[in-house]
Amino acid sequence: MNATQGHYFVPSVSRYSTLLSSGVFFLALGFILRLNGTPAGLWGMLFGAALILYVTVGWFGEVIRESVGGIYTKWEDRSYRLGMIWFITSEVAFFACFFGVLYYLRLISVPELAGFDPAYTLHPDYTSTWPTSGPMGEVFTPMAAWGIPAINTLLLLTSGATLTWAHWALLKNNRTQLIAGLALTILLGATFMGFQVYEYMHAYAELGLTLGAGVYGATFYILTGFHGFHVTLGTIMLIVILGRCMKGHFDSHNHFGFEAVAWYWHFVDVVWLLLFVFVYWL
Amino acid sequence: MTTAANHADHAHHGHHPKGLAHWLTTTNHKDIGTMYLIFAFTMLLTGGAMILGVRAELFQPGLQLMQPEFFNQLITLHGLVMVFGAAMPAATGLANWMLPMTIGAPDMALPRLNNWSFWILPPAALMLVLPFFLGLAGIGPGAVDTGWTMYAPLSIQTGWGMDFAIFAVHMLGVSSILASINVIVTILNMRAPGMTLMKMPMFAHGFLMTAGLLILIMPVLAGGVTMVLLDRHFGTHFFNAAGGGDPVLWQHIFWFMGHPEVYVLLLPIAGAIPHVLSAFSRKPMYGYRAQVYSIWSIAALSLVVWAHHMFTSGMSVGGQLYFMYSTMLISLPLAVLFFCWIATVWRGSVSFETPMLFALGFVILFGWGGLTGLVLADAAAVPQYHNAYFLVAHFHYALYPTTVMGAMAAIYYWLPKWTGHMLDERLGKLHFWTVIVGVNLTFIPQFFVGLAGMPRRIPDYPLMFAEWNMLSSTGALILGISHLMFIYIVIKCVRGGKKAEASAWEGATGLEWTVPSPAPYHTFETQPVVK
Repeated sequence: MNATQGHYFVPSVSRYSTLLSSGVFFLALGFILRLNGTPAGLWGMLFGAALILYVTVGWFGEVIRESVGGIYTKWEDRSYRLGMIWFITSEVAFFACFFGVLYYLRLISVPELAGFDPAYTLHPDYTSTWPTSGPMGEVFTPMAAWGIPAINTLLLLTSGATLTWAHWALLKNNRTQLIAGLALTILLGATFMGFQVYEYMHAYAELGLTLGAGVYGATFYILTGFHGFHVTLGTIMLIVILGRCMKGHFDSHNHFGFEAVAWYWHFVDVVWLLLFVFVYWL
Repeated sequence: MTTAANHADHAHHGHHPKGLAHWLTTTNHKDIGTMYLIFAFTMLLTGGAMILGVRAELFQPGLQLMQPEFFNQLITLHGLVMVFGAAMPAATGLANWMLPMTIGAPDMALPRLNNWSFWILPPAALMLVLPFFLGLAGIGPGAVDTGWTMYAPLSIQTGWGMDFAIFAVHMLGVSSILASINVIVTILNMRAPGMTLMKMPMFAHGFLMTAGLLILIMPVLAGGVTMVLLDRHFGTHFFNAAGGGDPVLWQHIFWFMGHPEVYVLLLPIAGAIPHVLSAFSRKPMYGYRAQVYSIWSIAALSLVVWAHHMFTSGMSVGGQLYFMYSTMLISLPLAVLFFCWIATVWRGSVSFETPMLFALGFVILFGWGGLTGLVLADAAAVPQYHNAYFLVAHFHYALYPTTVMGAMAAIYYWLPKWTGHMLDERLGKLHFWTVIVGVNLTFIPQFFVGLAGMPRRIPDYPLMFAEWNMLSSTGALILGISHLMFIYIVIKCVRGGKKAEASAWEGATGLEWTVPSPAPYHTFETQPVVK
């Protein structure tokens, strides 16, 4: 920080936050009603989702206009960078929760469940193994690591490389390579999601691997599910960035939007590597 | 210094809305701080009204006023409303008001995000209490009734109030994570030139650690309640042994959030109080560096001690020993803080204005909360105290003096800066002594009934506990009245009183006292330079 920071941009109004909060409220309320036997809750969910969508487009649009309009200096840029870093930190904590659950179940609670004195348990035959669906769970086949999951690992790792390739192009002001790199990244991300959807359908239809398949099914779906959700969000963000690149919003010095999405994408990539090792492989 | 750079950017978007629209759209840290404080106080009264219902039921043995199911809803909502609705927003309100002013920043770093962080709170609070009022109107089974800890399998089996609580927790979590990101970015990027981290006000240090903790713990709770939702409605077995899960897993997740949460509530206050003690002792803060390092150590340690809440849930001896010793280790940095606070006052020319009284009250009463915590950290002794009223008294001595008395000390201290008026000292002192009588009359008896074996969360009790409970309920009523006095004093101060000077208190130091009282709407548009 230096002594000549100049003037910090403080927007005078925030038009969207109350709409966004209402959207979240109606989405959640509708969902609760639906879960508790009121199908009409769907309308609340749709209304809430529409509000959230409207706000997302409007709010990001406002920020993009300000950025393109040259309002931001290095000082504001640093705020956004720090903000994104700490946001990703909170996402790390979110996934750490589910990995913690997986380790706790595999290393502590399942062995303990199988370790009761046979004279005092209803399930003396239950032994500690992984994968497991517990002493009373359904029969299922676990997901094999060296099929689609391994291909998906390759796809995501490649997408990280193509994204970096696009970033180099942006730094060298090479527009063609930038757009090709981004488009490739989006394509790889979408293919990954396609395989994930296929894998879920396969798991449900043929393997008996459902949400109800004990703790293996539960941890499998919550980890891969939230990861897939993040990949989907990341792909949408990449599409927006691709559009902005084609409109020429970025140059080699000023492209925080690109970098933020790239950080997010690499984070999702790293989560997948851990997932592949601990959920599919080991 | 403040009027010179009234830059065009603030008028950039044309008109400023008036009336309600102004409050819905404002990006000014002072406006948002005010809304946070008003919201927190509304929640304090809501949670307080609920617990007064509980204390009324406990005034005598037997069931007089309500059924146990309703009683359970009241204690659960009291806990959730007070922790997430009152205590945390009050601290965030203080941060909004004072952080930019004490570090010489023009505003919070992300002003629009700041507005959303606040405006997601009212719908979240509504989400939490909605099933309660629907239940009163005869729709549905009522609010969440599991206790604020929401332990599985109770939380898996209870009615739809739990679903509302799950989404309320999600929304409250989003609010605290975003507010924390804002605080950290503001501190790291917006300090006045020359203000290094080790010249920063203690208040900023406290809130920096609180924000860091929140970013690490709130997502974990969000993940936890998501799993509860899946177990409730989508057939998973995270917390059900039939499918290989474990209900104790929920306790680990909850307390991984729940224990640092205590320090989330403490650290902003532990940062604000040294300023008050130093001002009214007319002495510099004692041991600034020691206090900063202690705050850092407390924050780091708080993340690795959570299972001391679970000694009676079943745990290996090795686990018990680890969590016992690591918990007791926290008392070392905490003791350093206490010695620094005492040494700040020691041999100062002390005067006892209202903020100072509340600060000293905080130091002493929070000390009791800390000392009674030591016996609860003892894995061998805790079966005697666990889930008895002793525990209730302990954590209320830890939380009430910090989040309410500490926050009030800070509010009274900075009120002249906000309103431009000095507060009514006579009423302020009366308020303080009412609080002191109320808090001790409420909670000292709970130590005794707890040691004698009265469990918490029970609407009825044996005759032998009757006298102490009667005293405790009387104290709660006095405490409730003291909060009404607080509103009156604050409103009176807003409306008028002796004019406050720029440096309202004789011994106060810091950037906020260099600007006029009340502080101008945009305080440091041109940053001051700190030597």
